[in-house]
Amino acid sequence: MALSHLSSTRSNRLLRPLAAAASSLCRPISTSTEPLVIETSIPFTPHKCEPPSRSVETNPQELLTFFRDMATMRRMEIAADSLYKAKLIRGFCHLYDGQEAVCVGMEASINKKDCIITAYRDHCTFLGRGGTLLEIFSELMGRQGGCSKGKGGSMHFYKKESGFYGGHGIVGAQVPLGCGLAFAQKYNKDENVTFALYGDGAANQGQLFEALNISALWDLPIILVCENNHYGMGTAEWRAAKSPSYYKRGDYVPGLKVDGMDVLAVKQACKFAKEHVLKNGPIILEMDTYRYHGHSMSDPGSTYRTRDEISGVRQERDPIERVRKLVLGHDLATEKELKDIEKEIRKEVDEAIAKAKVSPMPEPSELFTNVYVKGFGTEVFHS
Amino acid sequence: MTVRDALNSAIDEEMSADPKVFLMGEEVGEYQGAYKITKGLLEKYGPDRVLDTPITEAGFTGIGVGAAYHGLKPIVEFMTFNFSMQAIDHIINSAAKSNYMSAGQISVPIVFRGPNGAAAGVGAQHSQCYAPWFASCPGLKVLAPYSSEDARGLMKAAIRDPDPVVFLENELLYGESFPVSAEVLDSSFCLPIGKAKIEREGKDVTITAFSKMVGYALKAAEILSKEGISAEVINLRSIRPLDRATINNSVRKTNRLVTVEEGFPQHGIGAEICASVVEDSFEYLDAAIERIAGADVPMPYAANLERLAVPQVEDIVRAAKRTCYRSSSLAATA
Repeated sequence: MALSHLSSTRSNRLLRPLAAAASSLCRPISTSTEPLVIETSIPFTPHKCEPPSRSVETNPQELLTFFRDMATMRRMEIAADSLYKAKLIRGFCHLYDGQEAVCVGMEASINKKDCIITAYRDHCTFLGRGGTLLEIFSELMGRQGGCSKGKGGSMHFYKKESGFYGGHGIVGAQVPLGCGLAFAQKYNKDENVTFALYGDGAANQGQLFEALNISALWDLPIILVCENNHYGMGTAEWRAAKSPSYYKRGDYVPGLKVDGMDVLAVKQACKFAKEHVLKNGPIILEMDTYRYHGHSMSDPGSTYRTRDEISGVRQERDPIERVRKLVLGHDLATEKELKDIEKEIRKEVDEAIAKAKVSPMPEPSELFTNVYVKGFGTEVFHS
Repeated sequence: MTVRDALNSAIDEEMSADPKVFLMGEEVGEYQGAYKITKGLLEKYGPDRVLDTPITEAGFTGIGVGAAYHGLKPIVEFMTFNFSMQAIDHIINSAAKSNYMSAGQISVPIVFRGPNGAAAGVGAQHSQCYAPWFASCPGLKVLAPYSSEDARGLMKAAIRDPDPVVFLENELLYGESFPVSAEVLDSSFCLPIGKAKIEREGKDVTITAFSKMVGYALKAAEILSKEGISAEVINLRSIRPLDRATINNSVRKTNRLVTVEEGFPQHGIGAEICASVVEDSFEYLDAAIERIAGADVPMPYAANLERLAVPQVEDIVRAAKRTCYRSSSLAATA
């Protein structure tokens, strides 16, 4: 449970209960941007660097945005679970519920010219980069309105104009690709950075160390973010890694271990990392997080971990509940107002799904488009 | 102009014309290139654009593809294509398929280049031809130059092309010199991707080849002409897309076909050409298609065995004669 230190007496104004005016669903609650300083749940653990402070600067508007964004992501993933069971989503579907704080905290510290690349657990990362619920559900159901026109599927979401480079199915491949994005940013002399996200399973991939070596040699502005949810598919971290201290695995590259269920800690760490890599080259952030679902919808997630463990994390560390407690504790909104937000979100998600369900599949001619940018679509191989 | 100089000048001119083009690979910079293809480029363009990498193909190829995602135009060198296998996931899954999976959002304007196929005495792990594997993959373009004109024109086309291109050179051709016209030497010179070249016109039998085998096919055509057989030699230049139109038009004229390649026979380039001709020009064939390829064995080291493992000019001559019903003994086809 996060401890909060209110900075001065002016914060007493924030403690005034908000007037219960109309019960409209869309009434904005607190749009105040008065700074609020909150301590992270636990301190950061550094490797070869000075950790950032535990005191994180935020404000009521940001906290409520965190709540809304994470609740939207949570609702979206749960809805995707139902759609998969109804066979409207096919193939692979890897859900992110539990890990929302990582992508939401990251977005709060960066801009859309910074780049993010991740693996296949990408629905929420895409939403965070500016994707819409409709594009997401359309893509999951293979419709032409999907973000990849129905041709990519769950693992292949992209939004290049807001710096989201996918969406990759091969474990570990996204890390060298992310280092390449950082290379381009440095080549172009942008003052921007790239976050390459990977899991505790991918952390043992050789290509990661190859790319890290080159990135450190060439001083690339790359932040490797290990989303350690403690299981690589069905294999617990202690069975896969001789050293599961992923933030230390960079050896000569500095690292930081972060409570990935604390959105403010994530924000602080990412802000720190961005400043660091622009001056000093690569850094590794290990986000200690958890996924409630199994590896994918084909995995019940309970054969290699106990239900007690899963419900324990949900009770003690859920990222949305943590923010709810902060918001209520600082009187930034009432319980009813937060529940109203959740109802609103549920309605938005349901509407997006309904719209996506009736939307058309891609035209058959789309089978042969986009194989190349230039020429040789159907001409390459006539049937 | 040697093929080496042709490649060097093409890369140089494209780097000069477009600041987004950069070069990456083992020994491409300070060593001047393992085969001296990139000689002088580090000095001219500096270490920001000519990058020496550690011996980590998976890592640096992934970095190259990521840079291409962001809009740069990398030229990634594999010291030989045998080492591309270390990075093949990035070539196929990260580069070739991205434009399709993203429905056009993520294009990959990258060139993967290096020597391909057999050299001389380098043994099994350093002699494989990778044309069939890469050419089967939608999303890649695969080029194989023979002459200096091919090297210049196709390299420039590859660098300018917005799609991932696998550029298969040949170590033994680097030192060979070919006459080049003023047009070829001009910096705007470029060859189209997907067009084969008829190196020698003929009317009795079509011989297709790429890379070093084009030279062998031309020698075979010379020998055949003295025996009254007029062979048409097609230099494929582009393995993917394959110029089916040129090949089929030629076979419709000559009615006979011999395909030549250095690599393994099963599922090779000749197999694809054979299928294409059977599909499109079956009624025009007067004889079974002959497929000349390397022996179906890992490349041996001993010089006599190595010679037996790759096609020789005599093999092409014999095959052409067989298609013309001029073989000396039926048992020879075993």
